[in-house]
Amino acid sequence: MTDMQTPLRKIRGLGAAREGTGHFWRLRVAAVALIVLSLYFLGFVISLNGADYTTVHAALAQPFAALMIGLFVLVGLIHMRLGMQEIIEDYIHVEWQNLVLLILSTFFCVVVGVASIFALLKLTLGG
Amino acid sequence: MSRKTAAAARPLSPHLQIYRLIPTMLMSIVHRITGGALYFGTLLLAWWLIAAATSEHAFDIANAFFGSWLGRLILLGYTWALLHHLLGGIRHLIWDTGSWMGKETSTRLARATIIGSVVLTLLVWIAGYAARGAF
Repeated sequence: MTDMQTPLRKIRGLGAAREGTGHFWRLRVAAVALIVLSLYFLGFVISLNGADYTTVHAALAQPFAALMIGLFVLVGLIHMRLGMQEIIEDYIHVEWQNLVLLILSTFFCVVVGVASIFALLKLTLGG
Repeated sequence: MSRKTAAAARPLSPHLQIYRLIPTMLMSIVHRITGGALYFGTLLLAWWLIAAATSEHAFDIANAFFGSWLGRLILLGYTWALLHHLLGGIRHLIWDTGSWMGKETSTRLARATIIGSVVLTLLVWIAGYAARGAF
């Protein structure tokens, strides 16, 4: 008996997912930010509808626009990774399949995020 | 081994197919579906950004796809999914505070979500075509 923690200490603040309300809360915080960011994104895309390469390139090269689109992508990816985790945990009950899908989902979000941010950086800083 | 047999013998709570479909339930299902669609929709956004950062040629290819009838159909669906998930999300944030959870109010909110998302989608596309100088 090297473990000196009482059983109550080990489970306090933790739900069945071993992380308490952390998942719920992060999903909500991202959602609140996305209300503003998605409305900006919609307005941005509407204003560029039918625009040619030069116009779109110039619009995305503006620091504020690049910042807002970058935030939309990043916060959106955090939100959707948490959401997809919920879907996977609800429907996939075989543990190894569950783990594989969760890992693939994380990879997907990181790749989409890094690619988008890289593109935005190149657009703003690359001239 | 014992874990599997125990799980198989355990009674399951009834799922979707046993309940009568009501607006709040339908909006909950659609919220999850639109969320899943938006998940993969980010590929389109990433493609658009990478194309714009790569070259005029790459951008024109992406633009041609988004401008085709299939591309427009996908973007129309993307717009609706985004707006529906946005309104549904706001509804969930309201419910998180414990407000408007009564039977009549929650049903009204569910109806407002579907009607609002369709109306806003139409408005966004009208604004989009106006920005293009279509009117």
